[in-house]
Amino acid sequence: MNFDLGYMIEIIPELLKYLPMTLYLAITSMIIAVIIGVILALILVNRTPGILQIAKVYISFFRGTPALVQLLLIYFGLPQLFPAMNEMSAATAAIIAFSLNTSAYLAEIFRAGLQSVDKGQAEAAVSVGMTYAQAMRGIVIPQAVRNAIPATGNIFIGLIKNSSLAFTIGVTELLAQGKLMATANLRFFEAYLAVGLIYWALTILYNWLQQWYEYRIGKPYRV
Amino acid sequence: MIKVTDLKKSFNRTEVLKGINFEVNDGEVVVIIGPSGSGKSTMLRCLNFLERPDSGLIQIGDQTVDASTAKRSDINRLRLQTSMVFQHYNLFKNKTALQNVAHALIVSKKMKKSDAFEKSRALLKEVGLSDKEDNYPVALSGGQQQRVGIARALAVSPYAILFDEPTSSLDPEWVGEVLRVIARIAEERKTMVIVTHEMEFAREIADRVVFMADGFVVEEGTPEEIFDHPKNERTKKFLQSYRNSSARREAALQATEQFVSPEAP
Repeated sequence: MNFDLGYMIEIIPELLKYLPMTLYLAITSMIIAVIIGVILALILVNRTPGILQIAKVYISFFRGTPALVQLLLIYFGLPQLFPAMNEMSAATAAIIAFSLNTSAYLAEIFRAGLQSVDKGQAEAAVSVGMTYAQAMRGIVIPQAVRNAIPATGNIFIGLIKNSSLAFTIGVTELLAQGKLMATANLRFFEAYLAVGLIYWALTILYNWLQQWYEYRIGKPYRV
Repeated sequence: MIKVTDLKKSFNRTEVLKGINFEVNDGEVVVIIGPSGSGKSTMLRCLNFLERPDSGLIQIGDQTVDASTAKRSDINRLRLQTSMVFQHYNLFKNKTALQNVAHALIVSKKMKKSDAFEKSRALLKEVGLSDKEDNYPVALSGGQQQRVGIARALAVSPYAILFDEPTSSLDPEWVGEVLRVIARIAEERKTMVIVTHEMEFAREIADRVVFMADGFVVEEGTPEEIFDHPKNERTKKFLQSYRNSSARREAALQATEQFVSPEAP
Protein backbone atom coordinates (compact mmCIF):
# COMPACT_ATOMS: atom_id res chain seq x y z
CA MET A 1 0.00 0.00 0.00
CA ASN A 2 1.29 3.35 -0.99
CA PHE A 3 0.89 5.22 2.28
CA ASP A 4 3.77 7.08 3.91
CA LEU A 5 2.98 7.53 7.60
CA GLY A 6 6.32 9.18 8.23
CA TYR A 7 5.60 11.82 5.62
CA MET A 8 2.22 12.55 7.10
CA ILE A 9 3.65 13.12 10.56
CA GLU A 10 6.46 15.16 9.09
CA ILE A 11 4.16 17.70 7.41
CA ILE A 12 1.96 18.27 10.47
CA PRO A 13 4.24 20.96 12.00
CA GLU A 14 4.26 22.78 8.67
CA LEU A 15 0.44 22.61 8.49
CA LEU A 16 0.08 23.80 12.09
CA LYS A 17 1.63 27.12 11.08
CA TYR A 18 -1.66 27.82 9.32
CA LEU A 19 -3.81 26.83 12.27
CA PRO A 20 -3.77 30.41 13.64
CA MET A 21 -5.41 31.59 10.42
CA THR A 22 -8.14 28.98 10.74
CA LEU A 23 -8.67 29.88 14.39
CA TYR A 24 -8.65 33.58 13.57
CA LEU A 25 -11.36 33.11 10.94
CA ALA A 26 -13.49 30.85 13.13
CA ILE A 27 -13.21 32.69 16.42
CA THR A 28 -13.60 36.22 15.04
CA SER A 29 -16.58 35.15 12.96
CA MET A 30 -18.12 33.42 15.98
CA ILE A 31 -17.81 36.48 18.18
CA ILE A 32 -19.43 38.75 15.59
CA ALA A 33 -22.09 36.11 14.85
CA VAL A 34 -22.99 35.83 18.55
CA ILE A 35 -23.47 39.59 18.80
CA ILE A 36 -25.68 39.74 15.69
CA GLY A 37 -27.45 36.55 16.76
CA VAL A 38 -28.40 37.96 20.17
CA ILE A 39 -29.81 41.11 18.58
CA LEU A 40 -31.79 39.06 16.06
CA ALA A 41 -33.08 36.73 18.78
CA LEU A 42 -34.28 39.67 20.88
CA ILE A 43 -36.10 41.04 17.82
CA LEU A 44 -37.70 37.63 17.22
CA VAL A 45 -38.77 37.28 20.86
CA ASN A 46 -40.12 40.82 21.19
CA ARG A 47 -41.74 40.69 17.76
CA THR A 48 -40.94 44.37 17.16
CA PRO A 49 -43.12 45.24 14.14
CA GLY A 50 -41.19 46.27 11.03
CA ILE A 51 -37.79 45.12 12.23
CA LEU A 52 -39.21 41.64 12.77
CA GLN A 53 -39.94 41.21 9.06
CA ILE A 54 -36.46 42.43 8.12
CA ALA A 55 -34.88 40.03 10.61
CA LYS A 56 -36.92 37.14 9.26
CA VAL A 57 -35.88 37.83 5.65
CA TYR A 58 -32.24 38.12 6.75
CA ILE A 59 -32.38 34.79 8.58
CA SER A 60 -34.20 33.11 5.73
CA PHE A 61 -31.66 34.31 3.16
CA PHE A 62 -28.52 33.36 5.08
CA ARG A 63 -29.90 29.98 6.05
CA GLY A 64 -31.36 29.38 2.62
CA THR A 65 -28.30 29.98 0.45
CA PRO A 66 -24.99 28.09 0.47
CA ALA A 67 -22.20 29.57 2.58
CA LEU A 68 -19.89 29.29 -0.42
CA VAL A 69 -22.26 31.35 -2.56
CA GLN A 70 -22.42 34.00 0.17
CA LEU A 71 -18.64 34.05 0.36
CA LEU A 72 -18.28 34.56 -3.39
CA LEU A 73 -21.02 37.19 -3.39
CA ILE A 74 -19.26 39.20 -0.71
CA TYR A 75 -15.70 38.87 -1.99
CA PHE A 76 -16.26 39.18 -5.73
CA GLY A 77 -19.78 40.60 -5.96
CA LEU A 78 -19.84 43.48 -3.52
CA PRO A 79 -16.77 45.33 -4.90
CA GLN A 80 -18.58 45.42 -8.24
CA LEU A 81 -21.40 47.39 -6.60
CA PHE A 82 -19.23 49.35 -4.18
CA PRO A 83 -15.77 50.04 -5.65
CA ALA A 84 -14.52 51.10 -2.22
CA MET A 85 -14.70 47.47 -1.19
CA ASN A 86 -11.94 46.53 -3.61
CA GLU A 87 -9.55 47.10 -0.74
CA MET A 88 -11.18 44.34 1.30
CA SER A 89 -8.82 41.44 2.00
CA ALA A 90 -9.91 37.88 1.38
CA ALA A 91 -9.72 37.10 5.09
CA THR A 92 -11.99 40.05 5.91
CA ALA A 93 -14.49 38.94 3.29
CA ALA A 94 -14.42 35.43 4.73
CA ILE A 95 -15.06 36.73 8.24
CA ILE A 96 -17.98 38.86 7.04
CA ALA A 97 -19.52 35.95 5.18
CA PHE A 98 -19.09 33.46 8.03
CA SER A 99 -20.39 35.97 10.59
CA LEU A 100 -23.54 36.73 8.65
CA ASN A 101 -24.17 33.10 7.82
CA THR A 102 -23.59 31.82 11.34
CA SER A 103 -25.62 34.61 12.96
CA ALA A 104 -28.72 33.45 11.09
CA TYR A 105 -28.45 29.99 12.64
CA LEU A 106 -27.58 31.35 16.06
CA ALA A 107 -30.60 33.69 16.01
CA GLU A 108 -32.96 30.71 15.97
CA ILE A 109 -30.98 28.88 18.64
CA PHE A 110 -30.93 31.91 20.91
CA ARG A 111 -34.63 32.58 20.32
CA ALA A 112 -35.43 29.04 21.40
CA GLY A 113 -33.07 29.44 24.37
CA LEU A 114 -34.81 32.61 25.52
CA GLN A 115 -38.26 31.13 25.05
CA SER A 116 -37.33 28.02 27.01
CA VAL A 117 -36.86 30.12 30.14
CA ASP A 118 -40.04 29.99 32.22
CA LYS A 119 -42.07 33.18 31.84
CA GLY A 120 -42.34 33.37 35.61
CA GLN A 121 -38.63 34.19 35.87
CA ALA A 122 -39.00 37.51 34.06
CA GLU A 123 -42.29 38.19 35.84
CA ALA A 124 -40.64 37.72 39.21
CA ALA A 125 -37.80 40.01 38.17
CA VAL A 126 -40.05 42.89 37.14
CA SER A 127 -42.32 42.31 40.13
CA VAL A 128 -39.47 43.29 42.44
CA GLY A 129 -38.77 46.45 40.46
CA MET A 130 -36.23 45.39 37.85
CA THR A 131 -36.57 46.89 34.39
CA TYR A 132 -36.93 44.66 31.35
CA ALA A 133 -33.24 45.09 30.53
CA GLN A 134 -32.17 44.24 34.08
CA ALA A 135 -34.41 41.17 34.08
CA MET A 136 -32.93 39.98 30.80
CA ARG A 137 -29.33 40.56 31.82
CA GLY A 138 -29.36 39.09 35.30
CA ILE A 139 -32.05 36.43 35.15
CA VAL A 140 -33.31 35.41 31.71
CA ILE A 141 -30.18 35.50 29.54
CA PRO A 142 -27.97 33.49 31.94
CA GLN A 143 -30.59 30.74 31.98
CA ALA A 144 -31.08 30.96 28.22
CA VAL A 145 -27.32 30.64 27.68
CA ARG A 146 -27.29 27.35 29.51
CA ASN A 147 -30.12 26.05 27.32
CA ALA A 148 -28.45 27.27 24.15
CA ILE A 149 -24.88 26.08 24.77
CA PRO A 150 -25.08 22.57 23.26
CA ALA A 151 -26.62 23.75 19.99
CA THR A 152 -24.31 26.76 19.84
CA GLY A 153 -21.33 24.43 20.25
CA ASN A 154 -22.53 22.45 17.25
CA ILE A 155 -22.64 25.62 15.21
CA PHE A 156 -19.13 26.59 16.29
CA ILE A 157 -17.74 23.19 15.35
CA GLY A 158 -19.44 23.58 11.99
CA LEU A 159 -17.89 27.01 11.63
CA ILE A 160 -14.37 25.75 12.36
CA LYS A 161 -14.72 23.32 9.52
CA ASN A 162 -16.58 25.70 7.19
CA SER A 163 -13.73 28.17 7.57
CA SER A 164 -11.92 25.91 5.09
CA LEU A 165 -14.18 27.39 2.42
CA ALA A 166 -12.02 30.52 2.66
CA PHE A 167 -9.37 28.77 0.60
CA THR A 168 -11.62 29.17 -2.45
CA ILE A 169 -11.08 32.93 -2.36
CA GLY A 170 -7.37 32.65 -1.71
CA VAL A 171 -7.00 32.75 2.06
CA THR A 172 -4.14 30.45 3.03
CA GLU A 173 -5.47 28.56 6.00
CA LEU A 174 -5.20 24.94 7.02
CA LEU A 175 -6.85 23.35 4.02
CA ALA A 176 -5.21 25.67 1.48
CA GLN A 177 -1.79 24.75 2.83
CA GLY A 178 -2.71 21.06 2.83
CA LYS A 179 -3.77 21.27 -0.80
CA LEU A 180 -0.52 23.03 -1.65
CA MET A 181 1.57 20.31 -0.01
CA ALA A 182 -0.55 17.57 -1.53
CA THR A 183 0.01 18.78 -5.09
CA ALA A 184 3.66 19.65 -4.52
CA ASN A 185 4.59 16.13 -3.45
CA LEU A 186 1.72 14.20 -5.02
CA ARG A 187 0.96 12.74 -1.63
CA PHE A 188 -2.76 13.50 -1.53
CA PHE A 189 -3.91 10.97 1.01
CA GLU A 190 -1.27 11.88 3.60
CA ALA A 191 -1.76 15.61 3.22
CA TYR A 192 -5.54 15.63 3.34
CA LEU A 193 -5.63 13.08 6.16
CA ALA A 194 -3.24 15.27 8.15
CA VAL A 195 -5.53 18.26 7.56
CA GLY A 196 -8.53 16.22 8.60
CA LEU A 197 -6.84 15.01 11.76
CA ILE A 198 -5.97 18.56 12.78
CA TYR A 199 -9.61 19.64 12.40
CA TRP A 200 -10.68 16.59 14.36
CA ALA A 201 -8.26 17.30 17.18
CA LEU A 202 -9.46 20.88 17.25
CA THR A 203 -13.08 19.89 17.68
CA ILE A 204 -12.16 17.39 20.39
CA LEU A 205 -10.32 20.09 22.29
CA TYR A 206 -13.24 22.44 21.88
CA ASN A 207 -15.60 19.75 23.08
CA TRP A 208 -13.63 19.35 26.31
CA LEU A 209 -13.81 23.07 26.84
CA GLN A 210 -17.56 23.05 26.32
CA GLN A 211 -18.09 20.14 28.69
CA TRP A 212 -16.16 21.92 31.38
CA TYR A 213 -18.20 25.09 30.82
CA GLU A 214 -21.50 23.23 30.83
CA TYR A 215 -20.54 21.59 34.10
CA ARG A 216 -19.63 24.97 35.58
CA ILE A 217 -22.78 26.85 34.60
CA GLY A 218 -24.91 23.81 35.47
CA LYS A 219 -24.05 24.10 39.15
CA PRO A 220 -27.26 25.89 40.21
CA TYR A 221 -29.36 23.15 38.64
CA ARG A 222 -27.77 20.15 40.36
CA VAL A 223 -29.02 18.99 43.73
CA MET B 1 -53.50 53.52 49.66
CA ILE B 2 -54.31 51.30 46.73
CA LYS B 3 -57.24 52.46 44.68
CA VAL B 4 -58.50 50.62 41.63
CA THR B 5 -61.11 52.35 39.52
CA ASP B 6 -63.17 50.69 36.79
CA LEU B 7 -60.48 48.15 35.86
CA LYS B 8 -61.25 46.16 32.72
CA LYS B 9 -59.36 43.34 31.05
CA SER B 10 -60.22 40.95 28.22
CA PHE B 11 -58.36 37.96 26.84
CA ASN B 12 -59.29 37.35 23.20
CA ARG B 13 -62.70 39.00 23.54
CA THR B 14 -63.47 37.13 26.78
CA GLU B 15 -64.01 39.81 29.38
CA VAL B 16 -62.26 38.66 32.55
CA LEU B 17 -62.48 41.88 34.56
CA LYS B 18 -65.68 43.82 33.94
CA GLY B 19 -65.03 47.02 35.84
CA ILE B 20 -63.35 46.37 39.18
CA ASN B 21 -63.42 48.98 41.93
CA PHE B 22 -61.76 48.50 45.24
CA GLU B 23 -59.49 50.11 47.78
CA VAL B 24 -56.86 49.06 50.26
CA ASN B 25 -55.89 51.45 53.04
CA ASP B 26 -52.39 51.95 54.41
CA GLY B 27 -51.36 48.96 56.48
CA GLU B 28 -54.50 47.04 55.65
CA VAL B 29 -54.56 43.33 54.82
CA VAL B 30 -57.13 42.57 52.16
CA VAL B 31 -57.87 39.00 51.17
CA ILE B 32 -59.56 38.28 47.85
CA ILE B 33 -61.56 35.09 47.57
CA GLY B 34 -63.75 33.70 44.88
CA PRO B 35 -64.27 30.73 42.58
CA SER B 36 -61.70 29.73 40.00
CA GLY B 37 -62.01 31.86 36.90
CA SER B 38 -63.52 34.76 38.81
CA GLY B 39 -60.64 37.01 37.72
CA LYS B 40 -59.00 37.44 41.13
CA SER B 41 -55.51 36.42 40.02
CA THR B 42 -55.83 38.49 36.85
CA MET B 43 -56.87 41.47 38.94
CA LEU B 44 -53.82 41.07 41.15
CA ARG B 45 -51.51 40.70 38.15
CA CYS B 46 -52.99 43.85 36.65
CA LEU B 47 -51.88 45.82 39.70
CA ASN B 48 -48.23 45.46 38.64
CA PHE B 49 -48.97 45.17 34.93
CA LEU B 50 -47.89 41.55 34.59
CA GLU B 51 -51.17 41.61 32.70
CA ARG B 52 -51.84 44.87 30.99
CA PRO B 53 -55.37 46.06 31.81
CA ASP B 54 -57.40 47.42 28.90
CA SER B 55 -58.63 50.40 30.87
CA GLY B 56 -59.03 51.76 34.36
CA LEU B 57 -57.08 53.74 36.93
CA ILE B 58 -54.61 52.16 39.31
CA GLN B 59 -53.25 54.13 42.22
CA ILE B 60 -50.67 52.52 44.48
CA GLY B 61 -48.97 54.58 47.15
CA ASP B 62 -48.11 57.90 45.53
CA GLN B 63 -48.23 56.65 41.94
CA THR B 64 -51.28 56.73 39.70
CA VAL B 65 -51.37 55.13 36.27
CA ASP B 66 -54.11 55.21 33.66
CA ALA B 67 -54.09 51.77 32.06
CA SER B 68 -55.27 52.91 28.66
CA THR B 69 -52.38 55.35 28.20
CA ALA B 70 -49.60 53.87 30.39
CA LYS B 71 -46.10 53.99 28.91
CA ARG B 72 -43.23 51.75 29.89
CA SER B 73 -41.81 54.38 32.25
CA ASP B 74 -45.21 54.70 34.00
CA ILE B 75 -45.36 50.94 34.39
CA ASN B 76 -41.86 50.82 35.86
CA ARG B 77 -42.78 53.54 38.36
CA LEU B 78 -45.89 51.64 39.40
CA ARG B 79 -44.01 48.37 39.74
CA LEU B 80 -41.61 49.93 42.22
CA GLN B 81 -44.59 50.35 44.57
CA THR B 82 -45.26 46.64 44.94
CA SER B 83 -43.65 43.25 44.96
CA MET B 84 -45.26 39.89 44.42
CA VAL B 85 -45.24 36.40 45.87
CA PHE B 86 -46.17 33.83 43.24
CA GLN B 87 -48.12 30.60 43.29
CA HIS B 88 -45.18 28.76 41.72
CA TYR B 89 -42.57 30.72 43.74
CA ASN B 90 -40.68 31.77 40.59
CA LEU B 91 -37.37 31.95 42.42
CA PHE B 92 -34.51 32.90 40.10
CA LYS B 93 -33.17 29.46 39.23
CA ASN B 94 -29.65 30.70 38.51
CA LYS B 95 -29.27 32.36 41.91
CA THR B 96 -28.80 31.13 45.47
CA ALA B 97 -31.40 31.88 48.13
CA LEU B 98 -29.34 34.85 49.30
CA GLN B 99 -28.80 36.17 45.77
CA ASN B 100 -32.51 35.78 45.07
CA VAL B 101 -33.30 38.17 47.89
CA ALA B 102 -30.39 40.55 47.22
CA HIS B 103 -30.38 40.78 43.43
CA ALA B 104 -33.09 43.43 43.00
CA LEU B 105 -31.55 45.49 45.79
CA ILE B 106 -28.26 45.56 43.92
CA VAL B 107 -29.44 46.14 40.35
CA SER B 108 -32.66 48.05 40.88
CA LYS B 109 -32.13 49.88 44.18
CA LYS B 110 -28.41 50.38 43.48
CA MET B 111 -27.57 49.27 46.99
CA LYS B 112 -23.97 48.39 47.81
CA LYS B 113 -23.43 44.64 47.55
CA SER B 114 -22.32 44.23 51.14
CA ASP B 115 -25.34 46.17 52.42
CA ALA B 116 -27.70 44.24 50.17
CA PHE B 117 -26.37 40.90 51.41
CA GLU B 118 -26.54 42.04 55.01
CA LYS B 119 -30.17 43.06 54.63
CA SER B 120 -30.96 39.84 52.77
CA ARG B 121 -29.37 37.70 55.49
CA ALA B 122 -31.55 39.42 58.07
CA LEU B 123 -34.65 38.70 55.98
CA LEU B 124 -33.73 35.06 55.44
CA LYS B 125 -33.33 34.79 59.19
CA GLU B 126 -36.77 36.28 59.62
CA VAL B 127 -38.30 33.56 57.44
CA GLY B 128 -36.23 30.91 59.21
CA LEU B 129 -33.80 30.05 56.42
CA SER B 130 -30.45 31.31 57.66
CA ASP B 131 -28.88 27.92 57.08
CA LYS B 132 -30.04 27.78 53.45
CA GLU B 133 -28.63 31.02 52.08
CA ASP B 134 -26.19 29.30 49.71
CA ASN B 135 -28.70 26.76 48.41
CA TYR B 136 -30.00 27.08 44.90
CA PRO B 137 -33.80 26.80 44.48
CA VAL B 138 -33.46 23.27 43.14
CA ALA B 139 -32.14 22.21 46.57
CA LEU B 140 -35.02 23.75 48.54
CA SER B 141 -38.44 22.30 49.38
CA GLY B 142 -41.55 24.04 48.11
CA GLY B 143 -42.16 25.64 51.48
CA GLN B 144 -38.58 26.86 51.72
CA GLN B 145 -38.71 28.26 48.20
CA GLN B 146 -41.89 30.14 48.99
CA ARG B 147 -40.35 31.58 52.16
CA VAL B 148 -37.38 32.80 50.11
CA GLY B 149 -39.95 34.26 47.70
CA ILE B 150 -41.51 36.16 50.60
CA ALA B 151 -38.11 37.41 51.78
CA ARG B 152 -37.38 38.56 48.23
CA ALA B 153 -40.67 40.45 48.11
CA LEU B 154 -39.98 42.07 51.48
CA ALA B 155 -36.42 43.06 50.57
CA VAL B 156 -37.31 45.86 48.17
CA SER B 157 -39.46 47.49 50.89
CA PRO B 158 -42.41 48.16 48.61
CA TYR B 159 -45.51 50.07 49.57
CA ALA B 160 -47.54 46.86 49.29
CA ILE B 161 -46.97 43.14 48.82
CA LEU B 162 -49.19 41.14 46.48
CA PHE B 163 -49.67 37.44 47.18
CA ASP B 164 -50.97 35.35 44.27
CA GLU B 165 -52.25 32.09 45.80
CA PRO B 166 -49.04 31.64 47.79
CA THR B 167 -49.89 28.17 49.12
CA SER B 168 -51.89 26.70 46.24
CA SER B 169 -49.09 24.62 44.76
CA LEU B 170 -47.51 23.58 48.05
CA ASP B 171 -47.67 20.07 49.47
CA PRO B 172 -49.99 20.16 52.50
CA GLU B 173 -47.06 19.63 54.87
CA TRP B 174 -45.49 22.97 53.86
CA VAL B 175 -48.62 25.14 53.87
CA GLY B 176 -48.50 25.87 57.60
CA GLU B 177 -44.96 27.27 57.68
CA VAL B 178 -45.68 29.62 54.77
CA LEU B 179 -48.96 30.85 56.27
CA ARG B 180 -47.21 31.50 59.59
CA VAL B 181 -44.62 33.68 57.86
CA ILE B 182 -47.32 35.64 56.05
CA ALA B 183 -49.28 36.08 59.28
CA ARG B 184 -46.19 37.48 60.99
CA ILE B 185 -45.69 40.06 58.24
CA ALA B 186 -49.35 41.01 58.50
CA GLU B 187 -48.83 41.76 62.18
CA GLU B 188 -46.24 44.35 61.18
CA ARG B 189 -49.02 46.34 59.48
CA LYS B 190 -47.61 45.95 56.01
CA THR B 191 -50.14 46.72 53.27
CA MET B 192 -50.98 43.39 51.66
CA VAL B 193 -53.35 42.04 49.05
CA ILE B 194 -53.72 38.26 49.18
CA VAL B 195 -55.50 36.02 46.72
CA THR B 196 -56.05 32.66 48.39
CA HIS B 197 -58.24 29.59 48.69
CA GLU B 198 -57.36 29.12 52.38
CA MET B 199 -60.58 30.30 53.99
CA GLU B 200 -59.59 29.74 57.63
CA PHE B 201 -56.39 31.64 57.00
CA ALA B 202 -58.32 34.43 55.27
CA ARG B 203 -60.63 34.77 58.24
CA GLU B 204 -57.72 34.92 60.65
CA ILE B 205 -55.46 37.35 58.82
CA ALA B 206 -57.76 39.67 56.85
CA ASP B 207 -58.83 43.12 57.91
CA ARG B 208 -61.22 42.99 55.01
CA VAL B 209 -62.37 40.25 52.66
CA VAL B 210 -63.32 40.87 49.04
CA PHE B 211 -65.43 38.29 47.27
CA MET B 212 -65.05 38.25 43.49
CA ALA B 213 -67.07 36.34 40.92
CA ASP B 214 -67.45 36.56 37.13
CA GLY B 215 -65.16 39.56 36.82
CA PHE B 216 -66.85 41.72 39.45
CA VAL B 217 -66.37 42.51 43.10
CA VAL B 218 -69.58 40.99 44.43
CA GLU B 219 -69.30 41.73 48.12
CA GLU B 220 -66.76 42.97 50.62
CA GLY B 221 -66.58 43.38 54.35
CA THR B 222 -64.93 42.21 57.55
CA PRO B 223 -64.21 38.48 57.77
CA GLU B 224 -67.20 38.11 60.11
CA GLU B 225 -69.51 39.87 57.66
CA ILE B 226 -68.40 37.79 54.70
CA PHE B 227 -67.96 34.39 56.29
CA ASP B 228 -70.72 34.47 58.93
CA HIS B 229 -73.33 36.84 57.48
CA PRO B 230 -72.87 37.03 53.73
CA LYS B 231 -75.59 39.12 52.10
CA ASN B 232 -75.20 38.24 48.45
CA GLU B 233 -76.60 34.94 47.14
CA ARG B 234 -73.46 34.36 45.05
CA THR B 235 -71.26 34.66 48.16
CA LYS B 236 -73.48 32.31 50.16
CA LYS B 237 -73.39 29.73 47.37
CA PHE B 238 -69.60 29.91 47.09
CA LEU B 239 -69.02 29.55 50.83
CA GLN B 240 -71.52 26.69 51.01
CA SER B 241 -69.80 24.77 48.24
CA TYR B 242 -66.46 25.43 49.90
CA ARG B 243 -67.77 24.04 53.21
CA ASN B 244 -69.24 21.02 51.45
CA SER B 245 -65.98 20.20 49.75
CA SER B 246 -64.07 20.65 53.02
CA ALA B 247 -66.53 18.38 54.77
CA ARG B 248 -66.17 15.81 52.01
CA ARG B 249 -62.42 15.95 52.31
CA GLU B 250 -62.68 15.57 56.08
CA ALA B 251 -64.97 12.59 55.71
CA ALA B 252 -62.71 10.95 53.17
CA LEU B 253 -59.76 11.48 55.47
CA GLN B 254 -61.57 9.88 58.41
CA ALA B 255 -62.68 6.97 56.27
CA THR B 256 -59.11 6.39 55.17
CA GLU B 257 -57.86 6.51 58.73
CA GLN B 258 -60.43 3.96 59.82
CA PHE B 259 -59.51 1.77 56.92
CA VAL B 260 -55.83 1.96 57.74
CA SER B 261 -56.28 1.38 61.49
CA PRO B 262 -59.67 -0.28 62.09
CA GLU B 263 -59.10 -0.54 65.87
CA ALA B 264 -58.91 3.21 66.30
CA PRO B 265 -62.00 4.71 67.94
